[in-house]
This record gives sequence, C-alpha cells and structure tokens, in this order.
Amino acid sequence: MKCLVLVEQEAGAIKDATLSAITAAAKIGTVHALIAAEGDAAKQAADAAAKIAGVEQVLVAADGAYAHMLAENVAPLIIGLMEGYDAFVAPSTSIGKNIAPRVAAKLDVMQISDIISVEGEKSFTRPIYAGNAIATVESSDAKMVITVRGTAFEKAAAEGGSASVEEVTPAGNPGLSNFVGLEESGGERPELTSAGVIVSGGRALKDAETFDKVITPLADKLGAAIGASRAAVDAGYISNDYQVGQTGKIVAPELYIAVGISGAIQHLAGMKDSKVIVAINKDEDAPIFQVADIGLVADLYDAVPELTEKLG
Amino acid sequence: MKILVPVKRVIDYNVRPRVKPDGSGVDLANVKMSMNPFDEIAVEEAIRLKEAGKAEEVIAISVGPAKAQETLRTALAMGADRAILIESDETVEPLAVAKLLKAVADAEEPGLILLGKQAIDDDCNQTGQMLAALMDRPQGTFASKVELDGDSATVTREVDGGLETVRLTLPAIITTDLRLNEPRYASLPNIMKAKKKPLETKSPADYGVDVTPRLTTLKVAEPPVRQAGEKVASVDELVAKLKDMGVA
Repeated sequence: MKCLVLVEQEAGAIKDATLSAITAAAKIGTVHALIAAEGDAAKQAADAAAKIAGVEQVLVAADGAYAHMLAENVAPLIIGLMEGYDAFVAPSTSIGKNIAPRVAAKLDVMQISDIISVEGEKSFTRPIYAGNAIATVESSDAKMVITVRGTAFEKAAAEGGSASVEEVTPAGNPGLSNFVGLEESGGERPELTSAGVIVSGGRALKDAETFDKVITPLADKLGAAIGASRAAVDAGYISNDYQVGQTGKIVAPELYIAVGISGAIQHLAGMKDSKVIVAINKDEDAPIFQVADIGLVADLYDAVPELTEKLG
Repeated sequence: MKILVPVKRVIDYNVRPRVKPDGSGVDLANVKMSMNPFDEIAVEEAIRLKEAGKAEEVIAISVGPAKAQETLRTALAMGADRAILIESDETVEPLAVAKLLKAVADAEEPGLILLGKQAIDDDCNQTGQMLAALMDRPQGTFASKVELDGDSATVTREVDGGLETVRLTLPAIITTDLRLNEPRYASLPNIMKAKKKPLETKSPADYGVDVTPRLTTLKVAEPPVRQAGEKVASVDELVAKLKDMGVA
C-alpha cells in the first residue's frame, strides 16, 4: 500500500498532528508526504519533512494558491496525485477535515474519519456516538481516504529520515473561494491538542474575569494549555477554540486538570484518553469523578489558588 | 433564491447510547430520536436568511427511514416551506447522501445549501464537503457567521487556532458550527401548520443513486472503561500525588 499523507505546516514548521498521521500511515504502508504551501514555507517544510522517520518521499507543490489551504484549491492537487497511491491520509484537524472528504467524493470512495487504530490493511477503528462506542470498519473501496485522530497515535520522530524531495506541478486555482482573513487566538501557550498538561475550566467559574483569575495562574505554573467546557464557552468565559469535547478539540495530555467541570458526555468525549485526570469540583456526585484518577471535592475558589501556590 | 437544508434523524443528544451485547451496533430500539443538533442550526440560519429577504424558499430534505418524516415536520414547523424525504431503511453513508443531495440540487438549483457540520451518531463530518466536491462548488465548513452579499457569501469559519474568513462564489455549500445561531422552538400553531405543508417522498432509485455501503462495520464495542481513581481530602494530598506520579 502506498499512502500519500497531507502535511500541515505553519511558516515551514510541521505540526504535531501530521507526525501522528505519518505514524498511522506507516502502519498501512509506505509513506509519501505531500506539502502544498507558498514559496519559502514550502521549501522549509520540505526540508523538515524529509527528515521525519518513516517518510520515503516528499512531494512539494509550491504555489500561492495553497497559502491558506483552501479545500477548493488543495483538493484538485491531491486528486491529481492519487493515481499513484492506494490511500490518502490526513490529520483530523480543521484543515484535514475540510479537505479530505472533498478528495474522497471525487475519487468516489467513502472516507474513514478520525481513526484511532489500524487493524489491518483496510480495517480501522473509529469512535462513534461521541466516543460512546468504538466501531471497527473495513473499506471495500479500491482507494482509501482516511483522517487520523492525532492523540491516538505516537508522533513520528522528526529526525532520522532521509527522504528524497520531488517537486510536483501545482494544480492551479479554480477561483471558487478566497481567503479574507484569520483572527488568531492563543499566543505563547502550548497548543491545546499537543500540550502535555491542560488546565480546563467549566461553568462554575462564573465569568470571564474569574475564569482568567483562577485558571491562568495554575496553567502558568504548570506550563499548561488552557481548555474549557462547552458550558464555559457558551457562557462567554472564553473563546470557543479552547473548547474540549465532541464538538471542540479532542485532547489526550499527560495531565488534565478539570476545574468546576461536571463531566457531561460531550466533554468526556474530548478528554477521557488523558493519561492522568484530576478533578476539582464542589459536587461529590459530579460524573467527572467517575473518570478522574484523583478527585478533590472542594470549593475551587479555595482549592485552585492553594494548589497553584503549593506546586513547584 | 432557494436554500436547501439537509437534516438527519439521529439519537437525541441527551441520550446515552448503549452498545448492543452482540456487538452489531448501537441499540436504537425505543430510544428518543431528534433532529441532529447541527442541522437545527442550519434550518434556523436558512429561515433567518429568508426572514431577512435574502431567500424566497427553504426546502428541508432528509435521507432515512419513514420516521424521518417527523424530523422534516420539525423543520417545517420551524419555518421551512416544503420537504423532501428520500426513504431508505438501510444506513446510507455520507458519500451516497451527497450523491442524492446533488441530484436534488441539480433539479432545484438552490443558491445555497446549508448542512450541519457533522451528525452526532456517525461523527463523520463529510457530507457537506462531499456534496461541494460533487457539485464543483465552494464550501464554507464549520461556519460561525454567514453573510450573503449579491453573488457571494462571506463565511467565518471556526478553525484550529482561531476564526478564518473566506468569501465564496454562490452557489455554495455551507456547514454549520454550534455558535452560528440559537435555533428557535417551533410554536404549537406552527407545528399544526407544518402538518399541511407539502412533503414529497422519494426513493434513492428515483435519482438513480446506488446506496450500497462501501464500509462494512465488523464490530461495535464499548469504549475501554476508565476506572475511577481515588478522592483526596486536601490540596496537600493532591500535590503529593501529582509529585509521586512525576507529572508536576
């Protein structure tokens, strides 16, 4: 099986989700990495991708049309290359989820979304019903299109490979859509989906100011990313790209600290594969305690500042 | 212009799904079913666009069992003008749904097709993108804001790391994210009125679409159960535990 893996990069730096997708693809067959990007970023990403362990070849399409990874522009490039591949593999990020089904439909194959394990050449497991069930599915299509849940696979080593780099001809711009702008959130903190530690807050934090006052110092102390439940996002405490859950980000850090989060299934679907879960909640019957490795029944307004002070 | 809104009948999002003991699937017998939450948002957005004078007609469409009529009636009660049910008792995969929707779109020629970003049962997140591909039209996925302006749509998308804005040439396909709007409740008079609105029933064969699944489900299992750990009595104990584990 020959797999073409979509590389996601920012300013030439390859994202962790791609490294996980490469690990998954290597379990299916040989791995070729595809970089679609603008000029300099494409070159830097190609150099970086060539060093990833397990990558046999790097294909680079450098064109302004790929600067913002618009699905309308990137999908035709992939479709054109798929003649020589048995599978197209993309990380299950907002970019991968946007592009892959467009590729699948044009190849007339059913996509297998968000796989968490490779069971055979054409069989995979994937969570359904918000992670309340795990389905094992087998594809009968001639070619496969797969998206990979990053937290379910180890990251491929960024060094150790020595792939050859080949330029491919860009597929042009069909002119269906235009990038207007990007309003970034975040900043210096580790990225939520790849952070080793996450401190997450829920509705019990009252308002945006309280959320920041309680959660941020603890996150700073631990060098952690900040997360939030849907309730906290909907109540406006924090913007929605911090949301952990079925409809937000799926995370699996070493340590997940849930503060004032009851543990609705929507939220658990996004974090229950974390290595260690700590819950701080006033309500001792909160469902979060059923999955927490360490639970502390306490008022978060007392417990979190005390924890922040006593750590490190 | 017309707006086409595909809706799916799924297990109610408040219900905890149970895996069948024989591993053949999730038990849906006697379980409350509802409209997929993302589709409610799509219906709401379509109706708001109609109310704002940007659209003349909203057509709700569903692919599913006869009971999906209830879901379409809900869309009609919210304000959709008419409905189409493509009846199939078997599970129809996103690729086949996209082909059926394309066939309907070719006949109805909508200026906009609004779908939910994913269904909460199969969690696929594919149909809108596949439909856009089959129609060779632009796609605005995971939309949290939609503005129509002449022959284009400006869509704000929820992406990893922020909000991205794109401009799409109409006709376009847009999939809704949670924060696009707050869907309305259907009032009793509107529920009564919805019973009289037209609902056409078709079959996949009417559109010449083969709905044979491409994926075989070999097994459906419970996820690994996470064991509850222990409760500690104080912050000091918590700190000690974290240090023991080497995680802090």
